[in-house]
Amino acid sequence: MRQPPPGRRLLGLAGLALGPVLVLVVFFVVPVVGMLGLGLRPEGRFDIGAVLDVLSRPRTGRVVWFTAWSAAVATTASVVLGLPAAYALSRLDFPGRRLIRALLLVPFVLPTVVVGVAFGELLGESGPLARISGGQGLVGTPVAIIAGLTFFNVAVVIRTVGASWESLDRRTGEAAAALGASPARVFWTVTLPALRPSIVSAASVVFLFCATSFGVVLTLGGVRYSSVETEIYLLTTNLLDLPAAAALSILQLLAVLALLGLAARLRVGAQASPGREVVRPQPISRSDLVPVAATGLLLVLIAAPVGALVAGSLRVADGGWGLANYRGLDEAESGQALLVPVTEALGTSLRTAVDATWMSLLLGGLVAVVVTQRSRGRTEQRVRGVLDGLFMLPLGVSAVTLGFGFLITLDEPPLNLRDSPLLVPIAQALVALPLVVRTLAPVLGSIDDRQRQAAASLGAGPLRVLATVDLPIVWKPFVAAAGFAFAVSLGEFGATSFLARDEHPTLPVVIFALIGRPGAANYGMALAASVVLAATTAAVMLAVERLRVPSVGGF
Amino acid sequence: MTRVNSRMAGLGFTAVAVLLTSCSLVGEDDAPSSAASEVVLVTHDSFVISDELIAQFKQESGFDLKIKASGDAGALTNKLVLTKDNPTGDVAFGIDNTFGSRALDGGVLAAYDASLPTGADQYLLAGDDDQRLTPIDNGNVCVNIDESWFAEKDMAPPADLEDLTDPAYADLFVTPGATTSSPGLAFLLATIAEYGDGWDDYWTRLIDNGTLVTEGWTDAYQVNFTQGGGKGKRPIVTSYDSSPAFTVDGEGASSTSALESTCFLQVEYAGVLTGAANPDGAQALIDFMLGPDFQAALPESMYVFPVDATAPLPQDWARHATRPAEPLALDPAEIAANRDQWLREWTDVVSR
Repeated sequence: MRQPPPGRRLLGLAGLALGPVLVLVVFFVVPVVGMLGLGLRPEGRFDIGAVLDVLSRPRTGRVVWFTAWSAAVATTASVVLGLPAAYALSRLDFPGRRLIRALLLVPFVLPTVVVGVAFGELLGESGPLARISGGQGLVGTPVAIIAGLTFFNVAVVIRTVGASWESLDRRTGEAAAALGASPARVFWTVTLPALRPSIVSAASVVFLFCATSFGVVLTLGGVRYSSVETEIYLLTTNLLDLPAAAALSILQLLAVLALLGLAARLRVGAQASPGREVVRPQPISRSDLVPVAATGLLLVLIAAPVGALVAGSLRVADGGWGLANYRGLDEAESGQALLVPVTEALGTSLRTAVDATWMSLLLGGLVAVVVTQRSRGRTEQRVRGVLDGLFMLPLGVSAVTLGFGFLITLDEPPLNLRDSPLLVPIAQALVALPLVVRTLAPVLGSIDDRQRQAAASLGAGPLRVLATVDLPIVWKPFVAAAGFAFAVSLGEFGATSFLARDEHPTLPVVIFALIGRPGAANYGMALAASVVLAATTAAVMLAVERLRVPSVGGF
Repeated sequence: MTRVNSRMAGLGFTAVAVLLTSCSLVGEDDAPSSAASEVVLVTHDSFVISDELIAQFKQESGFDLKIKASGDAGALTNKLVLTKDNPTGDVAFGIDNTFGSRALDGGVLAAYDASLPTGADQYLLAGDDDQRLTPIDNGNVCVNIDESWFAEKDMAPPADLEDLTDPAYADLFVTPGATTSSPGLAFLLATIAEYGDGWDDYWTRLIDNGTLVTEGWTDAYQVNFTQGGGKGKRPIVTSYDSSPAFTVDGEGASSTSALESTCFLQVEYAGVLTGAANPDGAQALIDFMLGPDFQAALPESMYVFPVDATAPLPQDWARHATRPAEPLALDPAEIAANRDQWLREWTDVVSR
């Protein structure tokens, strides 16, 4: 087979990468650099002294340390709780499997302010936990923060790892077992190494989500604990101390870069060898007792706050139960606190989510293809590595910095975009992008390049190769990624709230406005609207799961 | 192979269908109305105006109202300062008296000498000599108590700030944080107005007495207050002077009340932005906000009191929302000079 010259290959690489890079530069690099510039050059010249001064404050050290260890613990908890569930939901066959899989994504979209309220009712000093133990409740402690972070992110582990586990060739494991390995030994020596790329991918995304989490730390930590992200928020929106915010932002960026480098090193090595077909799920056997029990436990842990939410939404004014809160959602007149009827806000949310989904899939798909193609030569490899890291960066930058950056940099032609109705979906797509790339890349990367070469030598054009070799394997993770992007967009509040909401607020914005108003009716309606949001997400995820049915065994 | 192709075609079809139908925002760019007929209001997340009032404004002034709302009052002011050279609208609403000096110092507002309704001049910001900030609404941040809780326990409720540090009221008070919430900041300023330089000692005693500091008003009132939506455990909370109007029972009595001596006045202002594309429209909107219909709608729409002393109040408000005669106050210049330092010291006290 004739090899294209390296120059041409690099050119092709640049062509594929051009679109995504351009989007990233306009909607990420330019705004962030603009904002950092304001902080670092307050009088038009660099003031490095101010930066060093901020970094040497004792408070900064405390904040950085808390961010690092709370994120590390929450990531570990997410992986430990998520792995058994990923196994049970991708390899075992039992009634309600799809429903559970769809429901597990619900926490991911709940607005943090609502989760804060739900956890407050559960873990707070008047909650059942404190009543049983007679204690003070956990809100305002690191335990509450870590529980909240885990609650949000465990779905990432289940989905990302589950997608690879589902198509993991079971014959290797069976061969090991036939040679006398115990189930535990098979897991440690065969399954786990094969899943390593997807586990590392999931863990690194979860760590970034945790370390840059903003709402959870604020609502569940009270004001006692600050993370780098909440500190930047405080410095920017309240104190207008831009040099300090810039210093912390740079620190955050560097830390994220270091982390991504580490994750990239951990990901290489063992490669999963996905079969071209989904392995048919097996009925539950005695040996599955541990993962099934662990999954059950996880379900209870996740159902508890959601249950508190549903119960709260059904409580009506006179102390009884009823649907009054739900009836209020459709009438804009019932208490003028409702910005628009919830049905309308839901429509806006769904349409925004559709846009954010195709944008992030398009960008993420291109990026994943670019970063996973086999490199020839050092330069090419390095270029791909840099690109890979570049698209993870939006996770490592505070939504406040990005939101304010939009305002001050995208305000003049040719980039007069700050009033565009597409700015919100674009911002949400950027938030979802790392998740999409991290879901697709491990699978694309594990496709044996020789398959593509074989197809090409048999006369298939590049598109045909993509359709017949890559697509059948990538199809399922692609759908999973779409689900993620959709869910991220539905629940996204941070970036959205910093952009102008115009006359068409999304549902999380409406919920946030409702819950911040006095009166029991507003509170009940906010909880009811959250349940609607959660139910919508679950329904969409269920539809996505259904969509996958015909693809099983179809290729 | 054909199955793959048909699926690809299906995918493509779905994608196109999604884009063409109303499932997307693409192509939905509002028809840009000419700058002369449109006035753009930059405000915070809590801003609410009814469709009827928007229509009325259009009818009276001829301008289309476009609202850009995002973030809280603090974020709004900082955003205005950062976009001073190329503002995102014509007029701003929602700058309050704790952030007013920053907006004035930042030079983001143009002078507009609106004619004020009866009683509104008492809310003008001290130091704003050429009237860049026009007062629109006001409200007091006050410590609220659950009277029914204290009656049930046969206990005398606290009467002032000092009582909150009394061991008799240990673990009963919850307040939103000053760094993350605007009523929280107002309560901090109330304590500074009351105790002067001794405020940090007061806060140390407050925290030692089991005060719970939450992120925002929602966690404090809705989750932890005994009369909030979540039925919490603490009968004393930082909220507003209008809050008792929302805890009225079937017989028309309120189960909560505000402690007059703990109140700190918050005023929200509107102002014409320097560099506004439509300064006439901006002034027209400010006049409309001072008009009787907008003023009368304020309690129901934004839970604040009108600055117009003659504007009618809802029945529950007139009966249960008692206004403090002399709320605690601080000179805006003093707030501007010290706020950041106060907030840093406060954070150290509560996270000790």
